[in-house]
Amino acid sequence: MKETTIQLDIYRYRPDWDAPGYQTYEVPYRDDWVVLDALNYVKDQIDGSLSYRWSCRMGVCGSCGMQVNGEPTLTCATFLTDLYPGPVKVEPLNNFPVERDLVVDLTSFLEKLDHVSPYIVRKEDDENDLTSEYSQTPAELERYKQFSMCINCMLCYAACPVVGRVDEFLGPAALALAQRYNLDSRDQGKNQRQDVMFQNEGIWECTFVGECSTVCPKHVDPAGAIQQAKLEGAVDYYKRLLTPWVDRS
Amino acid sequence: MPKIDHVEDIRHDVIIIGGGGAGLRAAIAVAETNPSLSIGLVSKVYPMRSHTVVAEGGMAAVAKPNDTRDFHIYDTISGSDWLADQDAVEYFVDEAPRELIQLEHWGCPWNREDSGQVAVRPFGGMQIERTWYAADKTGFHVLHTLFQTSLRFQQITRHDEWFATALLTADGRCQGCVAIELRTGEIRAIRANAVIMCTGGGGRIFPFTTNGAIKTGDGMALAYRAGVPLKDMEFVQYHPTGLPGTGILITEASRGEGGILLNNQGRRYLENYDLGSPLPLTDPKHPQNRTMELGPRDRLSQAFMHEQAAGHTFKGPYGDYVHLDVRHLGERRIDARIPFVRELAKNYAGIDPVKDLIPVRPVVHYMMGGIDTDLDGATALPGLYAAGECACVSINGANRLGSNSLTELVVFGARAGRHAATVAQAHSLTDAPEINHQLEESRSRISDLQNRPKGGERLADVRDALTTAMEAGAGIFRDETSLAACCDTLRDIRKQMSHVSLDDTSSVYNTELTTALELEGMIDIAEALAHSARHRTESRGSHQRTDYVTRDDDNFLKHSLAFRTDANPRIEYADVAITHWPPAKRTYGAKPDQKENDGGNQ
Repeated sequence: MKETTIQLDIYRYRPDWDAPGYQTYEVPYRDDWVVLDALNYVKDQIDGSLSYRWSCRMGVCGSCGMQVNGEPTLTCATFLTDLYPGPVKVEPLNNFPVERDLVVDLTSFLEKLDHVSPYIVRKEDDENDLTSEYSQTPAELERYKQFSMCINCMLCYAACPVVGRVDEFLGPAALALAQRYNLDSRDQGKNQRQDVMFQNEGIWECTFVGECSTVCPKHVDPAGAIQQAKLEGAVDYYKRLLTPWVDRS
Repeated sequence: MPKIDHVEDIRHDVIIIGGGGAGLRAAIAVAETNPSLSIGLVSKVYPMRSHTVVAEGGMAAVAKPNDTRDFHIYDTISGSDWLADQDAVEYFVDEAPRELIQLEHWGCPWNREDSGQVAVRPFGGMQIERTWYAADKTGFHVLHTLFQTSLRFQQITRHDEWFATALLTADGRCQGCVAIELRTGEIRAIRANAVIMCTGGGGRIFPFTTNGAIKTGDGMALAYRAGVPLKDMEFVQYHPTGLPGTGILITEASRGEGGILLNNQGRRYLENYDLGSPLPLTDPKHPQNRTMELGPRDRLSQAFMHEQAAGHTFKGPYGDYVHLDVRHLGERRIDARIPFVRELAKNYAGIDPVKDLIPVRPVVHYMMGGIDTDLDGATALPGLYAAGECACVSINGANRLGSNSLTELVVFGARAGRHAATVAQAHSLTDAPEINHQLEESRSRISDLQNRPKGGERLADVRDALTTAMEAGAGIFRDETSLAACCDTLRDIRKQMSHVSLDDTSSVYNTELTTALELEGMIDIAEALAHSARHRTESRGSHQRTDYVTRDDDNFLKHSLAFRTDANPRIEYADVAITHWPPAKRTYGAKPDQKENDGGNQ
């Protein structure tokens, strides 16, 4: 009996080699395979020159995000059964420069993440007191927990209409992580983060389209984080600009 | 082709190879010890992709009034089948609470009690519940907390997606590494006065593993080739509960929360394996610490093999399996404590643990062995340090307890960082001619690999041959016949590897090239493992020989040290540090076994 197969149309680009284009591969169709399994089959058995990132194959390392049939998705969590009979188009994530094949350049995201001070900022000098933990109730944990689940997979940047137009826009994941720390009861760095969040281009252009939240594989809801930050933060930020002499810390 | 134009060396005071939990903690420790030092973090993946990210269940540290340091020390030593170095375990247990509070101060979202204090859960082989957790994504949260905190330190320069190919040595000291920048293909020397290896384990030398694609043991191979011995490599942890087929881990926390294991007759079969007696699920004392499903991983994985031999396992397309049952925990508790288990089971096994049984089987998870270090993380090569899974300090001995490994990353990552900082400031780089020579050697090795005639062996075939040989010869049960065959096959595979040819001739992001370099290292560490296992003619912890079934303290209360030679590895032995806990029989089950720890051999 002839083995059932499925066709992959994969974006290829080697900057030192040739012009970008698509290459077609025929791979076995197995109902328990994800798109990443099909890519690994290509690399192992057909063409070792195909480049892409992957590691954990369980949806938590965030490496294997790609456009599959035009939608940004984790290829380790996208089953061939949902794409049968194909063909399946696999492309690098939108809104990022392509380094090669399915590998995109994440430098801009890492710079944006750095800008929002994604760490606990303390004013008291108690950081080095390691004799006891800071108290945090389950309710206080719940306030920011959802926004701490971001795996930096960049699907939200690939889906975001503003990221595509405004280079400086911090973007959904970086803003959600900024809000994650703003909402953490242990943090005292909200003011310094808001300076960056609201001076930056883009956040006001983010209309509640919510594409970022739709594609998020971890249900972080960056759109919700951004709207929440705008409501809570804007008033506070402009008050500080207008009346800098009032201590609100 | 990689560019071979002359390019300037990159220079730092300290470099860390590997950006996972141990590497990030080490980098921060260097920065805090001496803020004027320049630190380079060299990682083949962006740090947040590192395999620490998949750790699930939690992190052990004494935190509650019902616990003591002696309990944690005893659990760890008995769990190790007395092969752990007790001075290392004492330091580990003493430092653990401070390091976990440090993570808490840096923002780790630990689960909490209503009072606002950190919550703890029971874990396998631990007599007191002492495992701190962030639901069942503890490693993910720890990694991102450390990565994001590392951004505070301007003196840490990241070299993301640089693949280290060799260590540089001159004047008897490690003075940096050679690395390929993936996005350009440039091969450069990264010089430093101290190097900390934090590259993780190499579970990928086995076919069925929880380990991600990046877990290829690179740092172990780099150190091994630089003359540093690999210690206790024969001890490989099979986690008892992986999903068949994918090998995706179902955390031990599912048993810590009360989950049970059932064979094909619906029986809690662990009661037949000297792990105590089951309590009814309705008993408020269930689950009992150090009993039944909360026994240690080596014993649970071995119990599975016996059940399989007796025909008491289920047959599946991806091998035999048993059932993990968490249904009695109820939807609310499952969603609050082990939501990732539910997500993974739904996505990858097509079942909902709230109402279905989870199919599980033992799966290669962790290497107890690694680069031989002392308590400071220092190796036999001055200037080279190691911490985390790639290192063997050793707190894990012949079997690691669940939730000790994340703690090990931060405790020994920090200590290695502090020590390397002190040593780095006392040395300066020498411009020895051998440094350039070593750089050129790396370049020509890589260019040879890329210029081989087409039509040779396929990389994937060599890798498959390697993993098949390891499972067949050095799996849960081993003997002289299987190990001898494994050693022979590995020699053939090394030859086969020299005939591999690559499809990819591009210099940009050439993952076929890095996969080939990884595979060469995997063959090295597989040989160290198989030969160490063959020489250890006893059974201890995870190393079970069917031809030598008992522990032999007279001859083997010792660490194996594998040295690389041009022929087979040379195996030597070193003493185990025993401070206050003389070897005794490992006992599990409801009765506390401290009383039996009378100092006699078994």
